[in-house]
Amino acid sequence: MIYVVIGFLWLSVCLYLILGGADFGAGIVELMTKKKNRKYTEKIMYESIAPVWEANHMWLVIAIVILFVGFPEIYTTMSTYLHIPLVLMLLGIIARGTAFTFRHYDAVKDDWQIIYTQIFYYASLLTPFFLGLIGAATVSQSINPDATTFLDLYIFSWLNWFGVSVGFFVVALCAYLASIFSLRETNDRLELNLMIKKSHQTMIFVVITGILVFATAYFSGIPLVKWVFSKPLGVMAVTFATVALGLILKAMNNKKLLPVRALAGFQMIMILVAATYQHNPDIILLGNGEHLSLLKHIAAPKTITALGWALMLGSLFILPFLFYLMFSFTKASKKLD
Amino acid sequence: MRKLIFMDDFIAARAQMALSLGFHIIFACVGMVMPFLMAFAHWKYLKTGNKIYKGLTKAWSKGVAILFATGAVSGTMLSFELGLLWPGFMKHAGPIFGMPFSLEGTAFFIEAIAIGFFLYGWDKFNKWFHWFCGFLIGLSGLASGILVVAANAWMNSPSGFDYINGKYVNIDPIKAMFNDAWFPQALHMTVAAFCATGFAVAGVHAYLIMRKKNVEFHTKAFRIAAAFALIGAFGAPLSGDVAAKSVAKRQPIKLAAMEAHFETEKGAAFVLGGIPDEEKGDINYAIKIPKVLSFLVSNDFNAEVKGLNDFPRDEWPPVSVVHYSFQIMIFFGVIMICIGSLYLYTFFFKKQWLTKNWFLKTFFFATPFGYIALEAGWTVTEVGRQPWIIYGIMRTADAVTPMPGIQYSFYFFTAIFISLSLIIIFLLRRQIQMVPKLYDPTDEQFNFKNKKS
Repeated sequence: MIYVVIGFLWLSVCLYLILGGADFGAGIVELMTKKKNRKYTEKIMYESIAPVWEANHMWLVIAIVILFVGFPEIYTTMSTYLHIPLVLMLLGIIARGTAFTFRHYDAVKDDWQIIYTQIFYYASLLTPFFLGLIGAATVSQSINPDATTFLDLYIFSWLNWFGVSVGFFVVALCAYLASIFSLRETNDRLELNLMIKKSHQTMIFVVITGILVFATAYFSGIPLVKWVFSKPLGVMAVTFATVALGLILKAMNNKKLLPVRALAGFQMIMILVAATYQHNPDIILLGNGEHLSLLKHIAAPKTITALGWALMLGSLFILPFLFYLMFSFTKASKKLD
Repeated sequence: MRKLIFMDDFIAARAQMALSLGFHIIFACVGMVMPFLMAFAHWKYLKTGNKIYKGLTKAWSKGVAILFATGAVSGTMLSFELGLLWPGFMKHAGPIFGMPFSLEGTAFFIEAIAIGFFLYGWDKFNKWFHWFCGFLIGLSGLASGILVVAANAWMNSPSGFDYINGKYVNIDPIKAMFNDAWFPQALHMTVAAFCATGFAVAGVHAYLIMRKKNVEFHTKAFRIAAAFALIGAFGAPLSGDVAAKSVAKRQPIKLAAMEAHFETEKGAAFVLGGIPDEEKGDINYAIKIPKVLSFLVSNDFNAEVKGLNDFPRDEWPPVSVVHYSFQIMIFFGVIMICIGSLYLYTFFFKKQWLTKNWFLKTFFFATPFGYIALEAGWTVTEVGRQPWIIYGIMRTADAVTPMPGIQYSFYFFTAIFISLSLIIIFLLRRQIQMVPKLYDPTDEQFNFKNKKS
């Protein structure tokens, strides 16, 4: 049963990265668009996320609940030593969710829209950045429970160049996903070309920040290259992700938009595989040389069994309903009406 | 002076948790009840074809959207705060009391999906499927509420494990979920949510009727909301009785603090008001109704009720806070029962009063009463459990995060909550101002083109 629980944990992190990530990306893409084109990107982005954004963010809640029920030690270690970036990430989640809703539901459209929009933009940057930073901190051995000073315990546990670059990398991924996903929501050639241009730009951004991640890992003495490329699975994942990139470019040229979406989602899965499989099942590598493992640091067996059943039953209700929601509000089904 | 400005970390963590819960609970209750109001109006529209009901459904659904989004983010935040502030607690309690949370995740998820369907699904789906999605928001909201309360109940009535030599063994999360306190607490909370939301919505519409604009629209809204408020107002004392009896059995010290009852005695008096003096172990200026407390907790006028002095001093909760909160809850509860009775009398015997200003004013003044009682009631539950975080097992002070500087986090979150509250009040005001243009089809300013749904 523990593998079911780990599977759901991985699935919810993965779906949060893809769906929630595209959602954050929507704000980033809008922010990166020139003023004169913003009204297009705003509309396209809005249409692609409005009905589903709340559901997308549930994946984070599911992941957190799995952590604190099934892996309490991992949850409390993170929430103790990564307190500050977690609070900042939360700030982003609060500000973004509310600003997005308020922007749409304010019955009067006036200058307040500018404030909501600005908050929406910057909060969309903040959350994925800190998400990346937190992810990086779990593997960079920067968390050290044996440290003695406040700075070492609670600040340098997450603040380092590697973390910052992973933060930027995640921001880039989100923007990339959002621009790719939005291609199918466009109404005409003008909008489509605008978004294809955005996709190209964000793709370059992903590659640059990706290189930055490897460079900072190298300079910080984190054996990232070895982790990713020393086993066949890692090499395969990276190869697949690269091949997918080529296919995406080709499909985009031919205006085949559905495969573009699927490929981008696939790329994300491959990137996550490459990033997580190597030290699996160790999920947190601590600075004092110890590891927290998904197989060892777990809750009592009865809890794991109950949690596994709850997740499986829950997904029976959630998944069909969710896919119907997503399907109902894609452009393609709107055209059928 | 320095002490005044800088709270210590433990107090700051408690204050931040209290503030976050107190904030979230308002939106959680709206999410539990408002969708039912909305679904009821929607049902009326589908049955009668009266466009006013459709406008009302849409107007309320906007309220639900704004408040649900706020509730969703503040709820997400709480799932992190548990670990950020109380890692010592979560490390042991997570696997024991986490079961309702994992089920709540499902309920919350379904709620978020249903809300997507409902808000964006007008004229896109079969009308009854669409209606059902609205209803489902309420249903899953209610389920979420009950599950979260079950988790809280475990802290008051820990079960589903054995605590041996400081270790938590034989863990059974299902038993923990169905602890002794879950039913009384969940029942009382559900009823209170109906009461609070019903009175709040009825009060707002009563005010708008007095303004003599869109009177038919607001009257329909007022009547639906008032009906839901009645369920709450009359259900509260009944469910409260169940809850009080359960507290007396499980946490006699909490009951003693609620009543500022210091000496164990037979035929204990029910204390109303008064100022407790913890040093002397007495209460001044209180109204005492002889033997009633004994009767309330055990249906026997001469039963023995344990007093605070029977317990070690370091296990007392802050008596005054618990006592005052309990009194506030009772006070507003009684007033709401009176208003509810007035409404019933008016509805059946004096229809002409329904439009009278004094009648509407009464409801307008009662707008926050349900929420005041609700917050006071939760203060009783939570402060009354102190100094324990897991009653009788783990002290709150042992659960707090080792990270210093929590007071800054508290200031930071306080600022967030204050600004969010202000924006929400501002937004709801603007929604209400737009009723003639956007929602009331009988208004001459109404223009369908104004509207994007």
